[in-house]
Amino acid sequence: MIDGELYEVFVRTKRGLNHVHVGSLHATDDEMALRNARDLYTRRNEGVSIWVVRSDSITASSPDEKDPFFAPSGDKVYRHPTFYEIPDDVPQM
Amino acid sequence: MEAELQAHFDDVLARDQRLEPRDWLPDAYRSTLIRQIAQHAHSEIIGMQPEGAWITRAPSLRRKAILLAKVQDEAGHGLYLYSAAETLGAERGDLLERLLNGTQKYSSIFNYPTLSFADVGVIGWLVDGAAICNQVPLCRSSYGPYARAMIRICKEESFHQRQGYELLLTMMSGTERQRRMVQDATDRWWWPALMMFGPPDTDSPNTAQSMAWKVKRHTNDELRQRFVDMSVPQADVLGVTFPDPELRWNDERRHYDFGEPDWAELKRVITGDGPCNAERIAHLRAARDDGAWVREAATAHARKVREVDRD
Repeated sequence: MIDGELYEVFVRTKRGLNHVHVGSLHATDDEMALRNARDLYTRRNEGVSIWVVRSDSITASSPDEKDPFFAPSGDKVYRHPTFYEIPDDVPQM
Repeated sequence: MEAELQAHFDDVLARDQRLEPRDWLPDAYRSTLIRQIAQHAHSEIIGMQPEGAWITRAPSLRRKAILLAKVQDEAGHGLYLYSAAETLGAERGDLLERLLNGTQKYSSIFNYPTLSFADVGVIGWLVDGAAICNQVPLCRSSYGPYARAMIRICKEESFHQRQGYELLLTMMSGTERQRRMVQDATDRWWWPALMMFGPPDTDSPNTAQSMAWKVKRHTNDELRQRFVDMSVPQADVLGVTFPDPELRWNDERRHYDFGEPDWAELKRVITGDGPCNAERIAHLRAARDDGAWVREAATAHARKVREVDRD
């Protein structure tokens, strides 16, 4: 394809933070994608690290199946600390 | 099934949440967004030309560096927006083709010529100022990728407006001839800048639907008023006037009253009969054709590297 492949771009804004998806771009190969990502998404020191990945390599959950897909975590309130009642006078808990 | 999907869509809108790429979207919402985002992207890309023409003639290295950075930003904004349009299923090559063959539009403002270096300043001040008025509410657009692109763009537009205003302040502290250049540029750009907000609400049939979809947050006339109210005090500080005898403060409304833009002119420029329409498209076409060998070479290189890796 003459306009290149579609890549998704992820930027780590500073050390200690996760890479976050910022958008996409076109490039003919990985190296060009990385350079284009630098020019397009970090013109003002927005990042210390960049990941690029071909969009067609990403497997994603579908919003249509959202409810059944995430349902298993919906009814497990005992996974949260607020589920447990502890007397107020127990220190440091 | 469709009713259920529509209900989910309506519910997301009602709760003021964002719609995301893989969500079910009504066809009309999708096509309206593609049209709006593409038009916006095209405006950024064509918008490189009026100012780009001054890069080689900027009066100092400082101004040249600033102008280069600004024009590079416009390219970047276009790319953020094409990227957002692609999440809706649009093809980038197809969008560019539609820009070239005129089936998709770009902002009327870029069909006016930049006659002097003061125009670079006035574009930053008024044209980017009007763009900011239009764009800040779009950061809350209901379509997530568009809203996120707009947040990035708005952050960068602030530099654009300030460099323009500073350029004009510098010229205003110069010679009488320089001051006349600033006033002349202001006179030429004021009305076209007001037209950037689109036709009056009474003649804007799509506004109601776009607002219901939360694609658009304010009407054209609301934004135009906001821009006028913002700009008049800025003109006072600068020491220029706007070419509108009806422009005056209305104490009752707590807004400035202003004259009616020439809507026939807006229609003419949008439909292709502005001062620079043909030139803008011809330039873009030439840039695309002249750059074709680069894209071909990059594609050939990538193919070759893949073959070598395989062997």
